[in-house]
Amino acid sequence: MAKDSIKIRMPALGGQGAVTAAHIAATAADREGYYAVSNPFFGAEKRMAPSESYARISTVPVYDRGEVIYPDIIMVYHQQVITMGKSYTMPFYSGIKADGLIIINSDAELLNESDKKRLDELNVKVLTKDFTQFAIEQAGTELATNMAMLGALFGALGTVSKPAIEEGIKDRFLKKYTASGGTATLDSVIEKKFKKKMELIDKNLNTASAAFDLTSAWCKEVGLQQILQAPT
Amino acid sequence: MNKRTDMTATKNWSGQTLVSAEHLLFEAPRTKHFMTGSEVLKEAVKRCTVDACVSYPITPQSEGAHLIGELWAEGNVGVYFRGENEFGVMSEVAGCAMAGARTITTTSGPGTLRAMENFAMWSGTRVPIQLVLMARGINSPLTIQPDNLEVFYLLETGCMIWYAESVQELFDMTIAGFAVAEKPDVHVPVITVVDGFFVSHTREAVMLPEEDIALFPYEPYQAPLPPIDSETPPGRFLRDPFVMKSNYISYAAHASWQWEIRSAVERSIPYTKELLKGLVEVTGDENADIAFVAAGTASQQAKEANRELGKMGIASKVIKLKTIRPFPHNDLLATLAGVKYVFVPEFNVVGWLEKEVKQSLYNKCDAQIIGGPRVAGGMSMPAEAIIAEVLEVVGE
Repeated sequence: MAKDSIKIRMPALGGQGAVTAAHIAATAADREGYYAVSNPFFGAEKRMAPSESYARISTVPVYDRGEVIYPDIIMVYHQQVITMGKSYTMPFYSGIKADGLIIINSDAELLNESDKKRLDELNVKVLTKDFTQFAIEQAGTELATNMAMLGALFGALGTVSKPAIEEGIKDRFLKKYTASGGTATLDSVIEKKFKKKMELIDKNLNTASAAFDLTSAWCKEVGLQQILQAPT
Repeated sequence: MNKRTDMTATKNWSGQTLVSAEHLLFEAPRTKHFMTGSEVLKEAVKRCTVDACVSYPITPQSEGAHLIGELWAEGNVGVYFRGENEFGVMSEVAGCAMAGARTITTTSGPGTLRAMENFAMWSGTRVPIQLVLMARGINSPLTIQPDNLEVFYLLETGCMIWYAESVQELFDMTIAGFAVAEKPDVHVPVITVVDGFFVSHTREAVMLPEEDIALFPYEPYQAPLPPIDSETPPGRFLRDPFVMKSNYISYAAHASWQWEIRSAVERSIPYTKELLKGLVEVTGDENADIAFVAAGTASQQAKEANRELGKMGIASKVIKLKTIRPFPHNDLLATLAGVKYVFVPEFNVVGWLEKEVKQSLYNKCDAQIIGGPRVAGGMSMPAEAIIAEVLEVVGE
């Protein structure tokens, strides 16, 4: 049965854009008519250090704050989250709720038999796919990995439309945002790479849209039930 | 730079139309935005005709401080500069306020402790500075994560202490904070607390009035202590002879002034009740046996637990304290008639709010008061942890 509220945990490494992805995810859900909240958790800011962000999407007001300890969905942005324990929780799926979903960005199978058994018992579906390669194919840069992961999330949910996702992405890149020095530098690298901001946004939108379709088809294939109720 | 000379009777130096706090908070039409606590602080300061801000970076308040700097660059804030360190900042804002400026600054965790001496000096000199405290842990070991232990250290500084639980409440409290702190019969500093990360870095929907209106300017000549100007020398109050001598008169002067500061904090109550719509807010089943008394994020988590307990058939209510100084003794007591269990969830190891609640309710309330659940050092407090505590105490 679809839930009235879900919590998403995004363990990632510093520089991958998981904070940006959670921000856009919540903005898009807000545009779709949900209650939504996003927040990051990080230590001293540096590339490749563990960094997590969280999004909560709900048909009822969201009071819950901080780290998502009991997630419905986990999105693993980097192999090292699992292989090197760069996660705020061990194992990385600690606290996952029954009937949940895990999306892993990896070109290799990373779960061992005991992981698979535990997740099977909870009826948690796992999609492992190399979304970094997918981003390179779609946008020509690994920097769009977070957009691919974002599209994958919404493809699995199915209740946040592509126009709402587009609004979320445009909101993030067309408005002036305060970010840390590291994020501001990355933003400027991305912009230089795409020469023009609109080109950047188009590539991001296309990547997210393609990942949306891919996951949407995968959900039908594996029989993943609707996770979140449509907004009221 | 004195931009006050650029103001008219109806417009401030940025061309914003001057309005009352009541208009900003309750009457002006609002539109929906989606932003973080740091971003909303900028929006609040933009609408407050702020004369001066001094800043120093410390996570998690750095973005808020940075954004107020942008307001200076955009011409909304009169004076803005970076202090040498937190002690310097808290001294420098005192100077700004003594000179009659509406003044704001921000800090966090260890920075708060470094500046500690100044907070008692602020209240002692009756300057209505607003400090937005984005709480984080206190060293050692080093942490930048949410924890509100530093609030405990601030309780007896003579400043008002308000606690916002959300991005929306931070916006509204920042505006109300200036309005109440500057009332001539109050005129003490206000420390507006939010939990770092849980509010400062959390992005959520917020309703804001248009940006072409702003609070009427601060009127320093209504202050209980005259501001520094060409006729009033700086530090007059601080160097008046009676406090520099050791005799009964000096003791009595000091004691009566300390009482007066605390009385001024209490005199804020009617104004605060009006602008914050009460000192406490009750959510849930008013007739429940189980109550959570909390402030800030702990109140949000208790509301989440309240909803989940409701689904399990267990009635509860959440009593959110909006002000810690003044402590809302009567308002809290009034919400607890018939309550059997009071839980005080907190984000610190010492349980300062539990101590406050127990002291306030001693011999006045029969409920069992349970200090918990409690997390610290950056931990989150899921509703599941609160529910487990309730079930353990109350029994399934």
